[in-house]
Parts: sequence; C-alpha cells; structure tokens
Amino acid sequence: MTDRPAPPAIDAAAVRQEMGRERALRLLRQMLLVRRFEERAGQAYEAKKIAGFLHLYIGQEAVATGWLDHLTPGRDFAVTSYRCHAQALLLGLPARELMAELFGKVSGNVRGKGGSMHFFSKEKGLLGGHGIVGGQIPVGTGGAFTAKYLGTGGVSLSFFGDGATPQGTFHESLNMANLWKLPAIYIIENNQYGMGTACHRSNAVQDLAQLKAPGYGMPSFTFDGLDLYASWKTAQQAIAVARAGQPVLVEAKTYRYRGHSVSDAGLYRTKEEVDRYKALDPIERVRADLLACGWLDQAASDAMEDEVMQEVRDAVAFSEESPEPPMSELTRHVYAEV
Amino acid sequence: MTAFLKPRRPIDLKREPINGYKGIPLGDGSQLLNLRMAICQALYEEMKRDPTIFVMGEEVAQYNGAYKVTKDLLKKFGEQRVIDTPITEGGFTGLAVGAAMTGLRPVIEYMSWNFSFVAFDQIVSNASKMCYMTGGMFPIPLVMRGPNGAGPRVSSQHSHAVEALYSHFPGLTVVSPSTPYDAKGLMKTALRGHNPVCFLENEMIYGLEQEIPVEEYLIPFGKGDIKRVGGDCTVVAVSRSVHWALEAAEQLAREGIECEVVDPRTVKPLDIELIAASVRKTHRCVVVEECYRTGGIGAEVAAQLMELCFDELDAPVGRVTTTENPMPYAANLEHETLPKPHRIVQAVKLACYR
Ligand SMILES: Cc1ncc(C[n+]2csc(CCOP(=O)(O)OP(=O)(O)O)c2C)c(N)n1
Ligand SMILES: [Mg+2]
Repeated sequence: MTDRPAPPAIDAAAVRQEMGRERALRLLRQMLLVRRFEERAGQAYEAKKIAGFLHLYIGQEAVATGWLDHLTPGRDFAVTSYRCHAQALLLGLPARELMAELFGKVSGNVRGKGGSMHFFSKEKGLLGGHGIVGGQIPVGTGGAFTAKYLGTGGVSLSFFGDGATPQGTFHESLNMANLWKLPAIYIIENNQYGMGTACHRSNAVQDLAQLKAPGYGMPSFTFDGLDLYASWKTAQQAIAVARAGQPVLVEAKTYRYRGHSVSDAGLYRTKEEVDRYKALDPIERVRADLLACGWLDQAASDAMEDEVMQEVRDAVAFSEESPEPPMSELTRHVYAEV
Repeated sequence: MTAFLKPRRPIDLKREPINGYKGIPLGDGSQLLNLRMAICQALYEEMKRDPTIFVMGEEVAQYNGAYKVTKDLLKKFGEQRVIDTPITEGGFTGLAVGAAMTGLRPVIEYMSWNFSFVAFDQIVSNASKMCYMTGGMFPIPLVMRGPNGAGPRVSSQHSHAVEALYSHFPGLTVVSPSTPYDAKGLMKTALRGHNPVCFLENEMIYGLEQEIPVEEYLIPFGKGDIKRVGGDCTVVAVSRSVHWALEAAEQLAREGIECEVVDPRTVKPLDIELIAASVRKTHRCVVVEECYRTGGIGAEVAAQLMELCFDELDAPVGRVTTTENPMPYAANLEHETLPKPHRIVQAVKLACYR
C-alpha cells in the first residue's frame, strides 16, 4: 500500500566512471557476500543452529555498502540497530567470526555473548549492534563527539530505521549534534516498515530527512536506497559536509524483502508489493549494469559467486567446529579486565 | 496444585488457533484457554464493562500484538480504543499518565518490559508518585503490561526480569502471574483498581493451558497461592519460575524431599503471611526468581522472614536467581544463567542439609 516517493535522479554512468572498475567490482562482491551470508544464516536458523532473533538486511545491502566504502576504519565510526550483519561484514570483519557468533560459539565476534543483534569491532570502529530501537543514535553521536574532541578528522555514521525516528533519542541526538557542530551523520534506513507498522502510521511526516532536518537547522540528503550508485554518491557528498563540522540527516528510501525477524507472517503487506521491490534488486541491478558496460563478464560474475559461496561455506564449517564458550565465560567481562 | 495445569483437552492450535478472548467451552461451567487468551479475555470483559478503558502500544491493534495477547480487540472495539503507537515508549507512557489523570483508564503494552526502560522516567517520576505528591488529588489508574523475563536466546538487552526493580518504588503494584487462572483474575483486579500496576507476563508461558471457570472471578492483590503442598521445604516463586520450582519439586519428591511451592502472585504487595505460614511448617525456605540476586525478591523475602519468624528457620534462606551477568546468547551459558530446576534442586538439598 505504500509507494516509494521518487528519489532524486543521479547520473549512474558518471558515478560508475568516478568509482572506477576495481571499486565497482569490489562493492558488488561485498553486496553479494552480505546477501549470501544472510541467506545461509537464515537456513542455519531453520536448522536450529541459530536461535533467538535474526533480522536480515536482504534488500537493503546497497545502503550500507555505498556508505561504509567511504570510511577509514580506525578513524571513523559506525553504529546501527540489531540489523547489523551487513555493517560488520562491510567493515571487513571475517565472515567466520560473525557466523560463529550467530552459532553462539566462543570463536564468535563477541565470544558468543551477543548473538545476531550485537556485532562490534573496536579495531574497525563498529560501535554495535543494538537491540533497543533508537538506543544506538546517541552512541553514534558520542563517536562524533570523540572525533571532534580529539581532533582526529573522523566522522560517525549512525544508522537506524524509520521506526526509530519517533524515539526521543533521535531528536535529542540531532539537537546536540548541531548545537555542538559534531561530525555526525544520521542515516534513516526507511525500509517503509517498523515491524508490522508502515512508516506512514508511525511518522507524522513522510519525507523523513527533508522535513525533520530543518527543525534542527541541519542539511539533509535523500536517495534511492536500492541503487548502489546513488548510495555511494550521496555518502561521498554528505560525509564531506560532516567532516567539515556540519552534521547531516540522510534518508535512504529502501525496502526489506524478508520478514522483520524470522517469525513474521508478513500480513501487513502484499506479495505484489514485495515482488515489485524485488524486481528492483540492488545487487542484480549493479551486476546487470557492470555486465552491460563491459566491466564484468559472465565468467567473472560466476567466479565471483563461487568465491563468495566458498567464503560463506567456510564460515559455516568454522562455526560448526568451534566449541561453545567455557563456563568460565559466564561471569567474565561483567566488569572490565584491565 | 499441579493437576489443574493438565487440562482434559489440550488446545489444538491447528484446529482452534490461539483464539483471542474466546475460551473453548467445556460444557460444565468451565472453559479451556491459555495464558495469553486469559489476559485477552480479562481485557475484553473489562473493556465491555468500562468504556474508559483503552489499549495502546506498539503493534497491539492491526498486528494483534507482537505476542498476540490483544488478538481481535481491534476488531471488537475499533481504533478509538485499540491504538497502535509509534515506537515511543516514553511518549505513550507519559500520555497514559496524563489520560489517567483526566478520566481514562489506559492499558499500555510494552512489547517487552525491556523497552519500559525507555519509559523509566515516566513510570517512576510520574506514574508512581503522582497520587502521593498531589495529596491524593490524582490517582493513576494505569495498567502497564507486557512480557517480562528471558525470552528464548535473545541475549542481554532483551532478557530482563523487572519484578524486584519496579517493586522498589512506593506507589507501584507489581503482578507476576504463573497460570491462566491467576492471570485473568489479577488482570481484572488491575483494571478496576486506582493505582499504576506493572503487570508482568512471560513469553515462555503464554501458551500454558488450563481449565478455568466461565463465571466471573477476581483475585485480590497481595494474596498468594500454594501451587504444591509439601512438608520439607518451602519454595517461593512467581511467573515462569513457579514451573521450574514445580519441576524441581517432582524430582526432589522422588528423592524423598517434599517441597511446598508458594506463589505470591503479586510481588508488591507481597503475601509474606502465606510464606511465613508455610515456613512455620517446613522450617526451610528457598526463593526462586528470574531477577538478580542483589536486591532481588529473595533478598526481600529472606529479610521479612527474619523479622517475622526467625526462630522457625532451621537453615539460611536459599536464593536461586539469575546469575549476576547480562544474559549471554550462547545456549550453554544461557542455561546456567537462569534459575533452572537443576539449580533449585541443589539449593533445596542444601537447605535440607542433604
Ligand atoms: C525501545 C524498543 N521498542 C520496541 C522494540 C521492538 N522492536 C524491535 S525492532 C522494531 C521495529 C523497528 O523498526 P525500524 O526502526 O523501522 O527498523 P527496521 O527493523 O525496519 O530495520 C520494534 C518495534 C525494541 N527493540 N526497542
Ligand atoms: Mg523500518
């Protein structure tokens, strides 16, 4: 029942040219890895290897892929919700340790203590993986505060959903960020639903960034989140603004193909609607474009698929073989070990 | 006692899907329903009786509730009285306080009590003390409800048990039922009271079935229930922990130790008289809870027993709680974190010097 408002047009060929062949192929491969990793995780869930919640990012890959490409891990920060598998993979965390976390193994990203919703990396500047809707937005703001405080030149990206903008933390964060001119970027991943609630039933205005940013005196950007080129280009522009000390609010118009988590009958939307967006698949579109422009041929595309599948299979095998955490882990890390 | 938890006819979820507020009639003045339906039925009956009651929360209307507790209420009462909110716990809790001050009876659902922390200020600074700080001018007839305690493998931010936490604040009533019968009777009392009630449900026992009367009944706050009679050790538990205690009791009975399982049903007010009466018989007590040990229900029960019947105790009061760590995701760690039967068995044996 919701229709995606037309996002501003971009010149795909020009952006592709600016990206260059090597980078374009790398981004395609990254998106594929995220997709295959999550598809495999979904299967492992059905096989009861993974439990609890499992929120898949399938359909939204172009958003995080286009943005995180511009970050320098170690200087910049990113934070997101429970839908966090993509961010972790894109920042370069090994598929092995992420899958092992889903399997609840001690070799996992956070030693089997967090599971699907809580991926983190100090080295890569990934500040989580958060389970409470809106809880990560001030945390991302804190990363921006540190960057300014220490004068590192870093920026901090906070990702969150259309369901999170009604939370107080969103409004409090934007106010602080512009009050103190923090190098912060707030990216609303508007996949049009928060669980079963359509965006128009939870937000009083629909063009979220465009209409909310003025209330905090911030510039805004809006882009087609199903289009990698638009995502990458918008990120480049917005991050430049933020690095110069002006926080920005961004909206990605995107869509999730799977249920909210694993147990979701999806009665709040029609199959036709989902199919309409599947026809705009962000991965297939880039692949088709790269095939058409000659930067990729079928053999190379197949090889890329095989390579990615191999990486995912290896991650699963590693996870299966890894041991459960020892009991000594139970009360370890409640307080810092320093 | 446990027999009542074994209904004559189990609910066939395929033939008779979780059916909102309508129980399955058994013909002799009783009906079969599960715990989520019992709460739904209480809401339904009271909403029919009192037009000022409305239900508000995330996914409570069109989606029928994240855990289907409010199923069909939208269909029955319409969107003026069954209202989907944005994800904005602080906002709708404060709104409910204001609505309660001005003549309505809000029922708000936290999709889980974990998310009540976003609304903590409204619950503590406004709901709990409004009556007192206005010299009795503004009582707050408000029911806050939702699942509490650990879900299945949902790790640290989604696994809190808040009985002890909210019991700390004067002005709040804390209800934590373990059976469909209790849930319905207590919810009806909550909906007719004049104070803010934290009604703590548990996802893991929503499907628990029981035969309960068709005829109306209410269960007063502060009145516990003996869930199993025994002479050797008193085991105090609420909500899901009652079922772990009963499981442990079965096992201990095979080893010749008879537990008396006392379910206070409301943590605040606490039926310490019932617990003390049992302890005067058994001279031993173990408290089982999903809260943490420090400042938990067990700490309170132990202190009150000391004040009330110190000389009756033949052993220190035992406490089986969630271990003092955030809930880990890994299956083996989660198992050891929760107050499961194997830990209860150990604690009871310790109290019995066995
Ligand atoms: C404070 C809080 N309230 C409720 C929830 C339950 N919940 C988890 S995700 C979600 C929907 C969030 O939607 P959105 O922000 O659009 O993100 P998306 O899932 O679409 O990525 C809800 C209600 C929660 N985790 N935290
Ligand atoms: Mg959303």
